[in-house]
Amino acid sequence: MSLKKKVSMTVNGVTVNAEIEPRRHLVDFLREDLHLKGPHLGCEQGACGACTVKVDGQIIRGCLFLAVQADGSVVETVEGLTKSGALADLQESFMRHNAMQCGFCSSGMLLAAAELIEKQPKASREEVREWISGNYCRCTGYHAIVDAIVDVLEARAKGQKIKPVVAHA
Amino acid sequence: MKAAAFDYVKPKALSDALSLLEQGGDDARLIAGGQTLLATLNMRLSEPSILIDITDVAELKGISVVGDKLRIGALVTHTEIEDSDLVAKHAPLLKAAAPHIAHRAIRNLGTWGGSLAYGDPAAEWPACSLTLQATMVIHGPSGERKISAKDFFIDLYTTSLEPDEILVATEIPLATANQVFYFHELARRHGDYAVAGLAAVAEKQGSVLNNCVFTFFSVSSTPVMAVAAQDLVNGQVMNDQVIAKAVEAAREEIDAIADITNSAEAKTHLIGVLLERGLKHLVA
Repeated sequence: MSLKKKVSMTVNGVTVNAEIEPRRHLVDFLREDLHLKGPHLGCEQGACGACTVKVDGQIIRGCLFLAVQADGSVVETVEGLTKSGALADLQESFMRHNAMQCGFCSSGMLLAAAELIEKQPKASREEVREWISGNYCRCTGYHAIVDAIVDVLEARAKGQKIKPVVAHA
Repeated sequence: MKAAAFDYVKPKALSDALSLLEQGGDDARLIAGGQTLLATLNMRLSEPSILIDITDVAELKGISVVGDKLRIGALVTHTEIEDSDLVAKHAPLLKAAAPHIAHRAIRNLGTWGGSLAYGDPAAEWPACSLTLQATMVIHGPSGERKISAKDFFIDLYTTSLEPDEILVATEIPLATANQVFYFHELARRHGDYAVAGLAAVAEKQGSVLNNCVFTFFSVSSTPVMAVAAQDLVNGQVMNDQVIAKAVEAAREEIDAIADITNSAEAKTHLIGVLLERGLKHLVA
């Protein structure tokens, strides 16, 4: 007996129709079926946040959400949000501060930081730390990442953009 | 790890969800936010043969004021509670507690009803529902029944919900004008499970507290009220002596249970630390 279900969702602006097993979580579907390697799989139990993606405008843990649950939803990953420019300021700021550490958490950090900037534009440094604690993985410190996010918050408060490190031709 | 195979259905009506649950028996699990369930499926701690996704069931949604009660639907997410003006006005304890639950990405999906029905002794909502003297609204094959939070939480991960029942909503008495509250939890890292936590409310007049409820969580197999400490504080003018007596009573009356990293002694100590901070905050 095939348990496969038909689903239809929008992924990074493109309509995707697929037949998937209910047990397939969203990040496996994105990575293995759609070849979107931006969302990462770290712990697969909701602790590390490396799998963060957006569903219907909100960040979620992609490993704690089934692909069948996304039927009819709008899914966005770091790939789509990079193309649309939604993360441009944060990405420039991350580059300026070399806010990578090992880089495994970066896509999740960027998406989480974007929602913080949207929901709490006046967040303090402590609140930034609290917020991104949901994306702590195996590294330690995260100072450069906090610096990068705080810079974007400050720039936005002044109505400014983050100046690109590399001038694009 | 990956979950074992299961089937998946998404009923639109509560009656359909209930009959699917009855048919599925032990092999069926409800899924709402899934923020605990998905982790247990991925780790194969749970292997149901069918998931019944109840997130389309309209009767389980929304926050509203009905008469003198705040009704919170089982499907309301932690984020909705955190951001709700109705909650801020009528149950401010819940607004204060919400940011302590995991992290935003998890709060965006995890639900009020899921947390209550799961009955994790370290979770925030069971403790808050007890503190606010909430009533659980439950539907089953024989219709609706209501049960108070104090009778709902029975033991570790065990509530009075029968396998064929669904928690539909919770009714909470509206906060009065002189209600004060305190919520705090001590955790190693923000968003982690609490080592010990306190959800407290009282009616405040000057420096006198009445109708105190102090509920500690993550210290025992269910959230637990410090009744002796409450009695000591009720009607007394708050001072250091009253605080010291209440702290002693709370440490005495709660039989703390160790968890994997924290001893019962540490938890007993923290019960006093939390209560002292809480009492000072409540009369401030």
